Amino acid sequence: MRAPRRGNVTALLLALALFWLVAYPLVFIGAEATHADVGGFVASSSEWAALWASLWISVASVGLAAAIGVPLALLFEGFDFPGRRVLGALIALPAVLPPLVGVIAFLFLYGESGFVSRGVQALLGLDHAPWRLQGAGAILLVHAYSMYVYFYLFARAGLARIDASMLEAAASLGARPWRAFRKVTLPLLAPSLWGAALLTFMTALASFSAPYIFGGGFRVMTTQIVATKLNGDLPTAMLETVALAVLAIAGFAIVQKSEGNRLVVSVGKGTAPQARQIRNPVARRAAALLGWLFGLVLLLPHLTLILVSLVPPGTWTTEAVPPVLGLTNYTTLFSEPERLRPLINSLWMAAAATLGAVALAALAAHLAIRRRVVLRRAIETLLALPWAVPGTVVAIGLATVFSVRSPLAGRWVLVGTAAILPLAYLVRSLPLTGRALLAGYRQLDPALEEAAESLGAGRWRRLWRVTLPLLRPALAAGASLAFVTALGDFVTSILLYTYDTRPISIEILSSLRLSDVGVAAAFGVVLMVVSAVALGAGARAGAGGAGASR
Amino acid sequence: MAEGAYLSIRGLSKAFEGTVAVAGLTLDVERGEILALLGPSGSGKTTTLRLLAGFETPDAGAIVVDGEDVTRQSPAARRFGMVFQHYALFPHLDVAANVAFGLRGKGEDAARRVREVLEMVDLAGYEKRSVAALSGGQQQRVALARSLAPAPRVLLLDEPLSNLDPALRERTRRELRRAIRHVAITTVFVTHEQEEAFDLGDRVAVLSGGRLEQVGTADELYDEPASSFVASFVGRTAELPGERVGGRAGTLALVRPEAMRFVANGDAQLEGVVTERRFVGAQAYFTVDAGDGMVFEVQAPLKAVQVGQRVRVAVDRVLFWTHAEARPQRGVPPGPGAPA
Repeated sequence: MRAPRRGNVTALLLALALFWLVAYPLVFIGAEATHADVGGFVASSSEWAALWASLWISVASVGLAAAIGVPLALLFEGFDFPGRRVLGALIALPAVLPPLVGVIAFLFLYGESGFVSRGVQALLGLDHAPWRLQGAGAILLVHAYSMYVYFYLFARAGLARIDASMLEAAASLGARPWRAFRKVTLPLLAPSLWGAALLTFMTALASFSAPYIFGGGFRVMTTQIVATKLNGDLPTAMLETVALAVLAIAGFAIVQKSEGNRLVVSVGKGTAPQARQIRNPVARRAAALLGWLFGLVLLLPHLTLILVSLVPPGTWTTEAVPPVLGLTNYTTLFSEPERLRPLINSLWMAAAATLGAVALAALAAHLAIRRRVVLRRAIETLLALPWAVPGTVVAIGLATVFSVRSPLAGRWVLVGTAAILPLAYLVRSLPLTGRALLAGYRQLDPALEEAAESLGAGRWRRLWRVTLPLLRPALAAGASLAFVTALGDFVTSILLYTYDTRPISIEILSSLRLSDVGVAAAFGVVLMVVSAVALGAGARAGAGGAGASR
Repeated sequence: MAEGAYLSIRGLSKAFEGTVAVAGLTLDVERGEILALLGPSGSGKTTTLRLLAGFETPDAGAIVVDGEDVTRQSPAARRFGMVFQHYALFPHLDVAANVAFGLRGKGEDAARRVREVLEMVDLAGYEKRSVAALSGGQQQRVALARSLAPAPRVLLLDEPLSNLDPALRERTRRELRRAIRHVAITTVFVTHEQEEAFDLGDRVAVLSGGRLEQVGTADELYDEPASSFVASFVGRTAELPGERVGGRAGTLALVRPEAMRFVANGDAQLEGVVTERRFVGAQAYFTVDAGDGMVFEVQAPLKAVQVGQRVRVAVDRVLFWTHAEARPQRGVPPGPGAPA
């Protein structure tokens, strides 16, 4: 704060670097798209169909996720029943399934030769599978499963913030519970619900794994882009990318605007309403039973994945349940260097991307919050921008910029090298680390650093002894999210990988293609476990450091 | 006192985005003296303290300590100790690590010094406690110990007692004074409470709008205010039209409530009706409405007059004469009891 001018040079350099990584590729997509046959694009019914499919699938995903997540949140926040705590934690489980892993788990579970389909087939004595897991329905099923968590978590957090005395005030003014819910609880909850809706919409719009595996002939924009690019029609792929980016940014802007209008500022701070004990024993049992059943449904994909990963190759054909179980797939995975390679690739690339994204975000937060540099708005916007841009768009953009050598224009040939995937992961992680560190810096009392300074501590000692330890929760949260996202990434990987740098998700896909189902599942389990461990470690580091900070 | 000053502030100025916070402030502090910076919010007292600490760079002027110009030195190089308003204790470090933060080296010497200063603030044995587990008063003492541990040249305190509840404030103030006296350190502290300023400060500098209004002891400020601002900011005053109390028309007389008394007859200058009595102990403040919007308070024994009674009031001494147009600006309302 003392010498704002000094920080402005650094800020300019940082803003340029962020622009180069985040916005420059988008500019290139726009430029390349002008070479495309725009008339043909507009006249093409398949393009409009894909665009429309992206839009309605996203809106429907929001509706489904809300229909599952909000009632669950109301149930768990409002009522107490046996097993509430355990279930409340279980319910966030879909979050530890990387998108592609979730999709293949669904495939193993509800696909044509999945457990549930085989079970139903055997039960009814059918000679073919009772359904095909394909098309819009399948995509929506996966979306509902993986995205209701946003609504559940946001709504629970929102409900916990509502002051119980407001509901008591409504009751004392004669409002019955339903009226109090409509007139008080819902309006207060609106900002949380809008936040969840925005997150779900953007995630669904950018979703690639589910449409790619289950889409079949049903194309959404993300899969359309990849198909066009594989066909070699680059300009049209660019135009499609622009269309998707415009849709995403428009959706972002619309929800952001309505969210702003509806923002309800809570007055004062009170205690959250107590969860009501369900007294009726029958209702208690019913709630508990329903809860556990639901928990089982949530857990099924994880269990399936583990089970399939234990099936040795070629031992399971027509039986409803695999006849042999063993660790063959895991020994294959860990003993053959070529099999282990994707795991090592994913680990180092995710770690490098995380390190870079954390460092950039920390510098940005320091400059924007502490030094209050002139460019702070631009820096914060650039940090958040990749969030509004689907991964497909990011990947296409990077592939365009970094396929030509032209150092003066800031372009080098990185496509086909080991650098491109970590770079793509880094760009995709920036909003996560940025958000965490901006929030961390905002909560950090500047007087603490001043106190250290007046006690004689120089810049590095202040950073090491005061700032970093106090930022630990934010660093841990941002880093673990970034790492898990990069580790499970499929959408940018499929457009940018090379054989030598193929990550786990690509290996899962090729194993599936080779009908190496067990190995694919084993990779999925490894990914799931590493993700869970990383998120757990992040949460623990966060809780440890947050204890005493103001 | 200019020659013998240990800490010398010379023509210090600072503006933030065009808003002047400190305007040409000049002040001298003797070695071992405790100086209070008193003023309403926005008077520039906190900015002055931050300039002294080195957290802000002045636009003009100099800060000299013991003959050395420290104006351009970083806070780390200045060797000034600072106690922050909210203490700014490091939440991730225990009491001992907080106190040892500013000490060079580790080992037995540092540990001894930590013990020493903690003993001084009555917190011996608290070394391993978490700072979050301490009460407000204890946190304040840890903050003091931490700032004193490296033996700074000057101690700065930002509203040192504002974060404590009133019951604790007076005791903590006494302890604070004892500790500062014990190390005999040159001290500057900021407050907006006159009682605190007069009780803790050897001298008090009254600031308003970034300028020094007056610096002096409590008695000087109270009895011989240099400006109408000081007269009305320090203690209570009534504003009376000058011509009613023997002055010229167009002037305004500032009068202390205790410099007025109720009289039965002739030598009264003012007349009015008692509208209210406020009890403040042995004496009371009687609000008198003399018509024409002239309302003032008179300090008198509890049973001197009754509410509703018509009274005559004599003025013994006018504290300060000013022009009617230049009505003194009141900052925060004066504290409950004027220092007697």
